[in-house]
Amino acid sequence: MKGFLGVFLRELLIIRKRIVKMLVSFSVSPLLYLIAFGWGIGQKITVEGMNYLSFLIPGLVAMSSMNRSFAISSEINIARFYWKIFEEFQAAPVSNLAIAAGEVLGGILRGLIASAVIVVLALFFGVHLNLGILFFLAVLGNTFAFSSLALITSMLVKSHADQAMLTNFVITPMAFLCGTFFSLKTLPAWAYYTVKMLPLSHATIAIRAAALGKPMPWNALGITFCFGIVFFIAGVWAIRGAQE
Amino acid sequence: MIRIVDLYKKYRDTVALEGLNLHVKTGEFFGYLGPNGAGKTTTVKILTTLARPTSGTALIKGIDIIKNPIEAKKHTGVVPQAINLDMELTAWENLQIHGLLYNMNKKFMRQQADYLLAFVGLDKHRYRLVKNYSGGMKRRLMIARALLHKPEVIFLDEPTVGLDPTVRRQLWGLLKKINQEGATIFLTTHYIEEAENLCERVGIIDRGKLIALDKPKSLIASAGKIVVDVLEDDQLTSYFFTTRKEAGDFVAGLDLPATVRNANLEDVFVKLTGRRVKE
Repeated sequence: MKGFLGVFLRELLIIRKRIVKMLVSFSVSPLLYLIAFGWGIGQKITVEGMNYLSFLIPGLVAMSSMNRSFAISSEINIARFYWKIFEEFQAAPVSNLAIAAGEVLGGILRGLIASAVIVVLALFFGVHLNLGILFFLAVLGNTFAFSSLALITSMLVKSHADQAMLTNFVITPMAFLCGTFFSLKTLPAWAYYTVKMLPLSHATIAIRAAALGKPMPWNALGITFCFGIVFFIAGVWAIRGAQE
Repeated sequence: MIRIVDLYKKYRDTVALEGLNLHVKTGEFFGYLGPNGAGKTTTVKILTTLARPTSGTALIKGIDIIKNPIEAKKHTGVVPQAINLDMELTAWENLQIHGLLYNMNKKFMRQQADYLLAFVGLDKHRYRLVKNYSGGMKRRLMIARALLHKPEVIFLDEPTVGLDPTVRRQLWGLLKKINQEGATIFLTTHYIEEAENLCERVGIIDRGKLIALDKPKSLIASAGKIVVDVLEDDQLTSYFFTTRKEAGDFVAGLDLPATVRNANLEDVFVKLTGRRVKE
């Protein structure tokens, strides 16, 4: 794992330079969802026995942490195709595992920042979340899975445009279909089982249970981490495949 | 120091390298000359493990780059053709990242960074964002970065492309100093003057094949030291002669405009391939 700190330090320095812009941009869309769906539509709606805002906020944590940790795919792509910074990592005596770990940890950190932004926003909307170790673990699992998925896609695509298309076809549908805005129990059986094959569904269930102080569905948490491990291993292989 | 053995590289339908064999000695300033698309960058990419060869291998300090890439890379520094610095960061931060990538001890990294930033004339600009640097400053920083971990072999892939002549000459001075301090240099270029001025030996590559390998003076002598350029039907043809007298006799018998001059490496390339390096 020698050299891992070099890859991660770059991520940290970039985050430090952009932190104000990041905090602002990470709060815009969740804030709009909270106003439109939480205050606007959700005032008189109850879902799974709770008011809609309480149901929505953990879903937004899942969605936003997924989006932000997956967004490292664009960053890696720019570093790879445009700035050629990725070549500096590949030319150094650093294993693919160390490169993957540094990049994925950078993605996890971005996802955790995005989650923290929503936790703060929740306070303004009068929703108290249960911020224990289980909540942290559930968010960590989600960010780990999607940072690792981002690493795979960024190594497989051949251009920045391909990356944007992939985000449209994979991440955007997941953001809306995996229980972030509605209970999966309302779906017909075929849709329910299809959606349950996606990582965000399990992460949302685990994050929501932890945030609302309900018993942790350990299988959901376990599946989320399993997705992360599988994606991470594939990501390490994908770096090797990205050599010309 | 660098031994290339039967190296082949094929990209789909294009053969980029065709059975390359080469040995660069320790402490040598080696020039790798050829036109765009000849296979220079492919060679450097393979030697720095950014690309995998289709077959064959290379050894750096006796370490096989295919079997043991991480160990081999500990001994190399790379200045790629494209500027690959992190523009959002300062020079110091770029060097810090490099130091961690090469697992350098913090104290040694600081000493080296201080020394090298002064060496390349950037010590007063260490905390400036790289995006605000000029092209020449960026190139000098890339050289400092490549030297940070004290590599024994340095690969420079067209390091002076796009720089104005003054900055280019400054960089030449810098590269000579680096070589004098003991580093083996593998320089790719398509600038004839650069290869002639800097390199002890030059390999000429064309269409993936090494077509000539010797000291610049020997290569020029083998082509013919004197060249007569003759303008015939708007076409410039070069004729090669061993002595100025032979060339003079040839011109005297001509009824066409002609110029007599000393040969250079470009002429060697023209004689071998019938084309110019910059074509």
